[in-house]
Amino acid sequence: MLTINNYVRPKTIEEAHDYAVKPKSVILGGMLWLKMMNREVDYAIDLSDLNLDQIEVKDDEIHIGAMVNLRDLEVNPLLNEYTHGAIKEAMRHIVGVQFRNLATIGGSLFGRFGFSDVLTIFMAMDAYVELYPTGIVPIREFANMKMSKDILVRVIVKKTPLHIVYLSQRNSETDFPILTCAVSHFNNEYYCIIGARPLKAIDFIDENHCFEEGINEDSINNFVNYVIPQLVVGSNLRGSSEYRKKIAKVLIKRAFLQLKKEEA
Amino acid sequence: MSQYKHIKKPVIKKDAMNLLLGKPAYVDDIVNQNCLIVKVLRSPHAHALIQEIDTSKALQMEGIEAVYTYKDVPQARFTMAGQTAPEPSPYDRLILDQRVRFVGDAVAIVAGENEKIVNKALKNIKVKYEVLTPVLDMNKAKDNEILVHPEDNWKSLCPVGADNKRNLVATDTCSDGDLDHVFETCDQVIERTYHTRANQQAMMETFRTYCEIDPYGRLHVISSTQIVFHCRRILANALQIPKSMIRVEKPRIGGGFGAKQTVVAEIYPAFVTWMTKKPSKMIYTRTESQTAATPRHEMQVTVKLGAMNDGTIRAIDVYTLSNSGAYGEHGPTTVGLSGHKSIPLYTNNLEAFKFSYDVVYTNCQAAGAYRGYGATQGIFALESAVSEMAGILNIDPVVIREKNMVRQGQKMSAYYNEIAHACALDRCMEHAKKLFDWQHKSKVRIMDNGKIRSAGVAMAMQGSGISGVDVGSATIKLDDEGFYTLHIGAADMGTGCDTILAQMAAECLDCDVEQIVVFGADSDISPYDSGSYASSTTYVTGKAVEKACEKLKNNLCHIACSILNCSMEDVVFNQKGVTNLKTNEFVSLKEISLKSMNGNNIETQVTVTHSSPVSPPPYMVGMVEIELDKETGQVDILDYVAVVDCGTVINTNLAKVQTEGGLVQGIGMALYENVQYSPKGVIAENSFMQYKIPTRLDMGKLRVEFESSYEPTGPFGAKSIGEIVINTPAPAIANAIYRATGAYLTDLPMTPEKVLFAIDDE
Amino acid sequence: MKITLNLNGQEITKDIEPDLLLIDFLRAQGCYSVKRGCDTSNCGLCTVLLNDRPVLSCSVLAVRACNGTVLTLEGLQEEAKPLATFIASQGAEQCGFCNPGFMMNTLALLKEKPNPTDEEIKEFLAGNLCRCSGYEGQLRGIKGYIAYLKEEGNHHESI
Repeated sequence: MLTINNYVRPKTIEEAHDYAVKPKSVILGGMLWLKMMNREVDYAIDLSDLNLDQIEVKDDEIHIGAMVNLRDLEVNPLLNEYTHGAIKEAMRHIVGVQFRNLATIGGSLFGRFGFSDVLTIFMAMDAYVELYPTGIVPIREFANMKMSKDILVRVIVKKTPLHIVYLSQRNSETDFPILTCAVSHFNNEYYCIIGARPLKAIDFIDENHCFEEGINEDSINNFVNYVIPQLVVGSNLRGSSEYRKKIAKVLIKRAFLQLKKEEA
Repeated sequence: MSQYKHIKKPVIKKDAMNLLLGKPAYVDDIVNQNCLIVKVLRSPHAHALIQEIDTSKALQMEGIEAVYTYKDVPQARFTMAGQTAPEPSPYDRLILDQRVRFVGDAVAIVAGENEKIVNKALKNIKVKYEVLTPVLDMNKAKDNEILVHPEDNWKSLCPVGADNKRNLVATDTCSDGDLDHVFETCDQVIERTYHTRANQQAMMETFRTYCEIDPYGRLHVISSTQIVFHCRRILANALQIPKSMIRVEKPRIGGGFGAKQTVVAEIYPAFVTWMTKKPSKMIYTRTESQTAATPRHEMQVTVKLGAMNDGTIRAIDVYTLSNSGAYGEHGPTTVGLSGHKSIPLYTNNLEAFKFSYDVVYTNCQAAGAYRGYGATQGIFALESAVSEMAGILNIDPVVIREKNMVRQGQKMSAYYNEIAHACALDRCMEHAKKLFDWQHKSKVRIMDNGKIRSAGVAMAMQGSGISGVDVGSATIKLDDEGFYTLHIGAADMGTGCDTILAQMAAECLDCDVEQIVVFGADSDISPYDSGSYASSTTYVTGKAVEKACEKLKNNLCHIACSILNCSMEDVVFNQKGVTNLKTNEFVSLKEISLKSMNGNNIETQVTVTHSSPVSPPPYMVGMVEIELDKETGQVDILDYVAVVDCGTVINTNLAKVQTEGGLVQGIGMALYENVQYSPKGVIAENSFMQYKIPTRLDMGKLRVEFESSYEPTGPFGAKSIGEIVINTPAPAIANAIYRATGAYLTDLPMTPEKVLFAIDDE
Repeated sequence: MKITLNLNGQEITKDIEPDLLLIDFLRAQGCYSVKRGCDTSNCGLCTVLLNDRPVLSCSVLAVRACNGTVLTLEGLQEEAKPLATFIASQGAEQCGFCNPGFMMNTLALLKEKPNPTDEEIKEFLAGNLCRCSGYEGQLRGIKGYIAYLKEEGNHHESI
């Protein structure tokens, strides 16, 4: 059972951070994970007054406040146009509409959860997280950072021309994924993100230039042969590492074939 | 088409609008909120002895009323299984015991002012355990040197072969014909072993009970239970107090599916209130419902099947190993259905059968009653074996069934020699074939996206009540102004039995369903009923309603005769009252009810009790079309057709929704509802986050139709429907996977991983 | 701490603990339609409208509803009745325990999308578990209700 001794709604990010550095404090996201915890919290910090629930276009960037919920991402026309619907595909399996109306992008990313659809898809974009006080960090770098007392303020997606495909494998439609896979092509680079391994998402870049001649069966096979030996997967309730290895190949292949169609 | 006014009609459930509009109706909506909150400290070990337990710190906390340990409870063992006494389930429980037998077993009871303080108090209880080695593998349980119940005051009331010194809850064998000889002369004999999990009923309302002391000093229990009378007995046994000191009542129930045929939450607040004389309640968390309740028995079913090359099935040998877990609730009885309600499906050419079983104690969560009650497990096994035999013999799985299925009028040797007086299984198959388009959909097709479409089939049967055991009663009375009150001891748990029984009463009394007020169930008020389980309510209690109405009509005619001054031969009863056919004089129900309260010696309230010496099986056929992704192993359900013979359908809507609900539970069981234990005996799927039941995106399209037969012993020809409907999905889907891939999955659930690895093995 | 909110059309001010969940707050206010079916935000039974959006009241701190509006089924009785009639006419209410959350989310769906396809209905309601009905009867009821609304709409237009 979660016990909260003080609930605070700071008016500035600085004030929020002052609370966040206190022992036994926690930043409230959608509370979906937090409320299941058996822990005592001295300061529950609600960022609701910081105007972070907006998706805004700023020049060549899309700014997504930390308190934007997953349902907003799912139905946002701008993001869906930019990702050709991949963002919707990444969100729609997450429990249900009422859940996604609560779960925030900040909470989903900050935890860098092993099962995260959200982390997987954003890692496949030209995306950055703005941390307070650390500053702006590329999301793929952030994924590997240690937990800190930073506050995730917003996600910044550069509107770099992008093609992206999102796929996942699940035992049932709204279950946690057994594996997630996002592949994308931007800035002349191919990215492949594998999540729910069940370790947190990991990125692979086409360092060997498998796709130099474009996407075809051979180049996909070459890329798969490059990724799979490096891909560390584990076992959990939902699937064994052996199974994950097998379907990783399948999802990567399928995602790139779909990406080819998107680009055509 | 129907000669009935209220039978075979889509009558709206009496409580439907109130439930849909969210009116207070369930235990926690209607009880005194100002009561003690009861919670249980649970064992972290699968097997241990409590060496020391220190409750002093918890007891000192402000707001804590009581803390109880094994030292405080009565020492007579009892069972929590809701069964007719003497119960076949062993008396192996104490309210709290020094020995804990599974992860989640009760260690201490805490009662306090609010949830927060009680949770804190739980943390303040210090327990020192002597941790013992658990027996978690059911294959190693029988005659293991580690005993789950070594205690000397363990007892078994019925001759079911139970022996606590061998970890045996039950064992038996029965047979007919010269099995060995028939197998020897069969063209093909296969033997396979199947494994089903301890699936959760997962009713939306978890277990919950409120208790208070009534003005007479008695224990008044308001509980979400299917079995008010059994519950009264069980609590009396547990608390060691007279049954007369207990009243059990059920309000609306948020689903049961058999879970609430076992006393689960009741004993804790009952003990607290009895000891403190203060009102208390216990609301199970979902985690408790998943880990310390009463799921389906995990079973391992071995089927040996002998057939001729033309598909004639001549011999069946079934051996079931059932895991009863830490306690024996429903252990000796569920297992019987795994053979007795699977083998008779193949009565037509059957020359010999054998059915034997062992039910064992382990240090897993205790099992109990869940829709299908063993038949589900046995039918998955036998139907899978028959379909595989069809594949080996290169015979269509529908054809092999048509050749061998039980037909109306046949004596079912594996079903206690009962005659299938009402059996439309053959028509169900015919109907399903057409509705489903088996001819085309059964062909394995590779789609443009590389996925495979295929189809599978399965049959099922169940019973209608427990023959010669279940008792149903109905009290019907004429009330003021001419409406009727129907009292029942059966429990509507959402199935709609209040409405279904009212339909029957309205049909008998030639009145509108609205004219029948239904009340149930309260052990102080309701006539005795075993309770709502074993698919008994429509068939057994329904017959009691029919008989009670006939008797009441007769009494009302007598009163009318006294008003009209004529004899019984002269009068007829109808909707509005009684008419003297000779004189055309008429006396209304209102007048009869007035007369009944004024100088009257004839009762306008009658109670009739009914029990049936037989348990006529409903039958059904399920057909499924799947799309299988052979690269990932994922199986999607596209179309599920079910055709059911439940005798006469009483309520066309409710029978259909029962079927649809059962199919979806069956689909969940088949594909992803999993229960896995850690080496230390901890259940991983302890929540709805981990134990995934189907959502509406997981079930494809369902199509349900009926083929009626007429059961002469049932009310209006009805049999049962509640349980049978869960039985076909697992074997039908397994059959479809086999037809798509050549791989037969024998271990549920058939997750994408298992499907993919099975394909790889092929 | 004190919170003020609009509950089912009424401004109320209450003193609460900071860790009180909205579901428990609402039930304490007599909104017994709000049900708890799990501990893990998975069942959808506790769905209420918070500032017009369907949310899981088991996962929201009551204090977060401060200065907002909360609607439970108690506050939507009239709006819910016609839909309820169509679900009842299918017998799909069954045990009824999931009904309030299901009704709330269905009303939210129809507000957002008055004319959804079967797939859209299923997807929007995927977070509303029901163990009794097998979902088909609920779908038939919703579709019947939508057809009725359309007919009513056409009828009004023709007048």
